[in-house]
Amino acid sequence: MGNKQTTFTEEQLEAYQDCTFFTRKEILRLHARYRELAPHLVPLDYTNNPDIKVPMTLIITMPELKENPFRERIVETFSEDRQGNLSFNDFIDMFSALCEASPRELKTIYAFKIYDFNRDNFICKEDLEKTLNKLTKGELTPEEVTLVCDKAIEEADLDGDNKLSFADFENMISKAPDFLSNFHIRI
Amino acid sequence: MSTAGEQDAGLSLQEEHESKTHRTKRRDGDRQKKKRRNERRKGGTRAGEGEEDLQAVSEKRERSKRKRAKSKQETSRRENNEEEEAQLTGGKGTKARKDIRNEKTRRMEKEEVREVEENVDKGKKKQGSTKKGEKKEDGGKQLVKGKAREVKKKKHKKAETSSEPETSEEDDDEEEDNDKDVVRLECLSPEELEKLKEAVDERKKLIQSLRGKPWAMKKKLVTLRESQEFVEKYEGALGKGKGRKLYAYKVLMTKKWMKFQRDFENFKTGCSIVTVASYFLFLRWMYGINMILFGLTFGLVMVPEALMGRPYGSMPRKTVPRAEEASAMDFAVLWDFGGYAQYSVLFYGYYNNQRTVGWLKFRMPLSYFLVGVGTVAYSYMVVIRTMARNANESGVGDDNSFNFSWKMFTSWDYLIGNAETADNKFASITTSFKEAILEEQESHKDDNIHLTRFLRVLANFLVLCCLAGSGYLIYFVVRRSQKFALDGLENHTWWERNEVNMVMSLLGMFCPMLFDVISTLENYHPRVALQWQLGRIFALFLGNLYTFIIALMDEINLKRKEEKIVKFNITTWEASLYNGTVSENSTASPVTIHPADVPRGPCWETMVGQEFVRLIISDTMTTYITLLIGDFLRAVLVRFLNYCWCWDLEAGFPSYSEFDVSGNVLGLIFNQGMIWMGSFYAPCLPALNVIRLHVSMYLQCWAVMCCNVPQERVFKASGSNNFYMAMLLVILFLSTLPAIYTIVSIPPSFDCGPFSGKNRMFDVIHETLESDFPPWFSKVFSYASNPGLVLPFILLMVLAIYYLQSTSKSYREANVELKKKLQMQNEENKRKNKRAALKAQMDLEEARMTAQEQQRNNNASVQDQESGSLNSNINKEY
Repeated sequence: MGNKQTTFTEEQLEAYQDCTFFTRKEILRLHARYRELAPHLVPLDYTNNPDIKVPMTLIITMPELKENPFRERIVETFSEDRQGNLSFNDFIDMFSALCEASPRELKTIYAFKIYDFNRDNFICKEDLEKTLNKLTKGELTPEEVTLVCDKAIEEADLDGDNKLSFADFENMISKAPDFLSNFHIRI
Repeated sequence: MSTAGEQDAGLSLQEEHESKTHRTKRRDGDRQKKKRRNERRKGGTRAGEGEEDLQAVSEKRERSKRKRAKSKQETSRRENNEEEEAQLTGGKGTKARKDIRNEKTRRMEKEEVREVEENVDKGKKKQGSTKKGEKKEDGGKQLVKGKAREVKKKKHKKAETSSEPETSEEDDDEEEDNDKDVVRLECLSPEELEKLKEAVDERKKLIQSLRGKPWAMKKKLVTLRESQEFVEKYEGALGKGKGRKLYAYKVLMTKKWMKFQRDFENFKTGCSIVTVASYFLFLRWMYGINMILFGLTFGLVMVPEALMGRPYGSMPRKTVPRAEEASAMDFAVLWDFGGYAQYSVLFYGYYNNQRTVGWLKFRMPLSYFLVGVGTVAYSYMVVIRTMARNANESGVGDDNSFNFSWKMFTSWDYLIGNAETADNKFASITTSFKEAILEEQESHKDDNIHLTRFLRVLANFLVLCCLAGSGYLIYFVVRRSQKFALDGLENHTWWERNEVNMVMSLLGMFCPMLFDVISTLENYHPRVALQWQLGRIFALFLGNLYTFIIALMDEINLKRKEEKIVKFNITTWEASLYNGTVSENSTASPVTIHPADVPRGPCWETMVGQEFVRLIISDTMTTYITLLIGDFLRAVLVRFLNYCWCWDLEAGFPSYSEFDVSGNVLGLIFNQGMIWMGSFYAPCLPALNVIRLHVSMYLQCWAVMCCNVPQERVFKASGSNNFYMAMLLVILFLSTLPAIYTIVSIPPSFDCGPFSGKNRMFDVIHETLESDFPPWFSKVFSYASNPGLVLPFILLMVLAIYYLQSTSKSYREANVELKKKLQMQNEENKRKNKRAALKAQMDLEEARMTAQEQQRNNNASVQDQESGSLNSNINKEY
């Protein structure tokens, strides 16, 4: 270990372990992955918390996100500037929230943020249509899309405002059998 | 209470302090009096450097103002953040808001306290301020109020006695405070300590739950640092004095333990097993059960016999017979579990019928019997418990009211990182949506119902033919193998010797494929089709197993006939031996005969055990070989021949093999059934199974990772979980049935096994009761086992079962009813909300109208001319 360059100090690693669901090895691996995305941009030495951000176009080339139809939304949700640029903190935060160990409540909150395309704190019909088109690669006819969206809202909307609030969403997701198994990314 | 105590302590300290300072001041003052008589003194103790003081004060005020502003900014920023979240969390909103309010008030209080403190600091009331410093984080309103009161008092006093020159800088003060915290804490009352402890614990909890908070990482890091500092600062201080040592020790140990856990986790991720699918979870669960079964048989049966029983070669049942001695060590024989393997602890026949073994007086036969029973009982318990738990889980998420929303929000698997899989997933999601739409529209009509019916009947007929054929084949093969066995195995080829197992394994391999082909005729919904398929494979396996058992029964009967003849022969042989010795030399001791030469019976129990072990081994081998050839070789060929082939092998015909979860689970279940069936006669079976499961865990894991593609057919894993469990239960029942039958109804062999010489195997219980327990106990037992008592007891149990059954049924009905009611309520609410919204709109319009009219009237009455302009104004307003 002596001549190996340190990426994080012990305190930093401990702090990250307290703030995420990762072990120290995983944190180091995440850093390696992060650095892989932009080797000229990200330094190996992170002991002084450099303020560096990697743009979204690079992040979504990761094999974990590459095939995901919601990759842009995921990255945008976790970036602090809402533009999709991720600092290492955001990056590790993203994978921590999506990892297997993170609890249902946390995942529900972030899932809601991801599916809320226009960030108005409601999932409205527009958001649903976007979601559906991304899921099916636009292979449904417009009539089918509207039918499905209407049905979905009708099922989950409890307060009758024709859009899904977080409470509606949480209620719906809490009963979904596959949510936890599907809403996680292994890295 | 605590505030009062604190106040008292503070006051007494203060007074002491003040009196001291008073004295010094007075001295100073006297000196100064002498120096500057023109100085006026208020309250008798105004210190000299007034101007400087004033300057310092103003400086300090400024600083504190700046600080306050900063902290306000910070709090407002945080509040903004939190408010955003609160908005988002909607339902949780109230709670979150409450939290925010709490935090706000806490911060306000903190600020107040800080402000006041600064004033107090001027008075050099450090002790008071340190206390407050700790309680800053405490957040107890009462406490703060009390403090404020206290501070007011102090202020008051200060006004009376204000005497102190403010030379020390604020920052210095704080530093000093920190240094002295540890010391000063000792003069805290226990209540305060308690509060502090609570605060520390709260912080600790916060640290632990930090990772689950939906905050940005930066915020988390800041909070973490703050909390850690707080905890560290006060935790060390708490660990002092009487009774606190324990606390300190506890804290230390928990810290160490956390550290250890974290290190362990760090270590574990290095070599973790990736449990890819539910199959592997199931396999692991199975592995756990088998470990326990193995522990039971190994610890209570095999080891005691091997260590404390009579050694190998001491008696006929523990010796290889003379005729087999030559070939007993050959690999082929050992592979068939003959030779030395047959005459070892691995099989029933080796065990002696000595009542106790070794210096421990271990009851060997009893232990053997009880372990056999315990194995079955434990398995039943585990399976049923798991089923009940699964039923509970599935009962909650069973309602299908969010079909479309679930499809929309939870159908994408975020784990997918492979382009092909992603394409498959897109396609399957699209089709599932289309299916759901179709179902929703209920325009689903069969174009030719008669054809479908005909095809389904035909398919079932074909499947039945397959099942019957495979059953007959097995029966035929087993009979043939018996003939071979009578002729002697040495004269036959390898195939003829292993025919039974090979045929069973091959049937198990090819029949499911056949069923798959047949099921395409039926045109079922994929999920229904899967269940049919599983049911058929289940029937096939079960049929095969039972044919095998029936054939075994035939063989057992044959062996028992043989045994009778041998028994008769032995008596004549013994008699002849005895007669011979008598005629030759009447005084000599009886001739010792080497145990290998003693004639012996066929020992059907060992034969049954051997059959099962062979079956397991061949089954394992077939599984592994299919894995290697069917998956690995195919994958390699497809991969590398694809470069020079006329069509696309990867996408076209051979493609990569799918990992067949359901088939594999079924295989596992049947394997377990065989273990349960055979483990009474071959105690080594659980050990073998543990090894097998361990190897297949890694082997299949590897195969899945490198040469399989995920299934195209999607089905709900959670729903089918109990389906598999039910199968396991059925298998368990069906496999214990023959074992129990043989134990109860067939007398054990006369010269081998722990129960030799007894009429039935369970007589061992009777024997133990009679000889090891006091007579009254056996009497009680015999009364208790009297049919007059047992029958009512059984009746009672049946009644209890019936009662529970009917109550659970009524509960279920009530549940369904409630669910319906809830749904109705929801819809009602929705409608009500909509109506309310409509009504509100109406009201608003009405109010507007009336207002307009009123104004118009007013205006009309007052001024006709202005009414027009006013109205237009109102219109604008609305």
